[in-house]
Amino acid sequence: METNTGTNRPRINWLKYASPKTFYPLAGKLIPWCAVSAAVLIAYGLYIGLLVAPTDFQQGEGYRIIFVHVPAAWFSMFLYLLMAMYAGLGLVLNARLSYMMATAIAPTGAMFTLIALVTGSLWGKPMWGAWWVWDARLTSELILLFLYIGYFSLQAAIDDKNRADKASAVLALVGAINVPIIYFSVKWWNTLHQGASVSLTQAPAMAAIMLKGMLIMAVGFWLYSIAVILMRVRCEILERDSKTAMIRQD
Amino acid sequence: MTENSQEVKPAKALSTFSVLYRILARDIQVALRRQSDVAAVFFFFIIAASLFPLGSGADPKLLSAMAPSVLWVMALLSCMLSLSRMFSSDYADGTLEQMMISNQPVVLIVLMKILAHWILSGLPLVFVAPLIGLQFNLGGAELQILAASLLMGTLALSLIGSIGAALTLGIRGTGVLIAILVLPLYIPVLVFGAGAVNAVSIGMSPNGALSLLGAVLSMALVFAPLASAAALKIALE
Repeated sequence: METNTGTNRPRINWLKYASPKTFYPLAGKLIPWCAVSAAVLIAYGLYIGLLVAPTDFQQGEGYRIIFVHVPAAWFSMFLYLLMAMYAGLGLVLNARLSYMMATAIAPTGAMFTLIALVTGSLWGKPMWGAWWVWDARLTSELILLFLYIGYFSLQAAIDDKNRADKASAVLALVGAINVPIIYFSVKWWNTLHQGASVSLTQAPAMAAIMLKGMLIMAVGFWLYSIAVILMRVRCEILERDSKTAMIRQD
Repeated sequence: MTENSQEVKPAKALSTFSVLYRILARDIQVALRRQSDVAAVFFFFIIAASLFPLGSGADPKLLSAMAPSVLWVMALLSCMLSLSRMFSSDYADGTLEQMMISNQPVVLIVLMKILAHWILSGLPLVFVAPLIGLQFNLGGAELQILAASLLMGTLALSLIGSIGAALTLGIRGTGVLIAILVLPLYIPVLVFGAGAVNAVSIGMSPNGALSLLGAVLSMALVFAPLASAAALKIALE
């Protein structure tokens, strides 16, 4: 025992914040930091995107919507996978907080999906001359929105909270397995039905400043998501545990 | 006759294979006792598909161009309409619970119920769809591929749909909810199934689409019964 120096170090309790009781105050402390830095970063990212980045020689000023559109599309997909991960954790560990996290992530993910779709169609109108093109990316984004809607509907339809958590977790996992299949099927469908006139895949080499603006916006969106999700989890904890002693103390 | 002899000698344990066979045979037998339910899905397919020419005009070129998508979407909807029946009657009378606590593998029991659903609501479409295809001015090669793609695709639809049926078991307003849950998951089957027929009609080989449809079917065959069994356990908790 004495030869093993590792035993002297204090053990990290990885599961300390897995219980709503300890997580609730931690989330409360994190929210202001995330919210403020999100606001700062999004403002800075918009400044770069709208004022600093050079005008595109092909698309003019219209391309600037990319600074909202692309990060929103990234987060619509990333948050779905994160939601599925928490749903899977909930099913494996039977941890209530994981289900609450999955429930809290869904609305933010759906919001980013909707933002990506709306900005995409606003961008498409001047560039392609149409509000909507059945492009593989747009279509799979639309289907992602359908998957989010399915998740909400199932959760809303089941009255028993415990069953609603588990059933929607199974649905989230099934959807996560399907997301790549759907993406490739739509891509394949697209190549059969549509000529190669509209090609989004051959993106021109991006200026470094544009990439910088997009990455800053992405980090800002990430912090915003954390802040909003933590707020929603806190509400969820209050709603579900309103009769337990933990809440009454506060 | 067999039921009686079973009651006399209950000590004889059944092998897994014969239990599964009996579950399949029982499901089909129960459904055939109420033939109108089975026939309704079949006729829904025919009637709904026949509405499209009435809405779009009888131009043969237009009809043959839209036939693959129309017939496939109708197949999707027909399979989906009967999904809620897959487990509901067994759930209502407690049979499902007995199946879950029996010593047989739940995943295989679920697979048998899916197969029964496919035989009753998917397989008939394979035979009737080419007839409707004739009305849509499809040629012989297209009709063959349509039947082949439906043969694989409808089984995949029953498999994927079983997840939705299991998740919504015993919930109010199940019909619309199943549609919202299951239709997005059906998209790859639709794309590859209708894609195979479309490929033939523009003179390309349907093999690529059919192979991908087979891949979707194999994946569904492995994962869908597992997910449905998990969902049924949650529903019966």
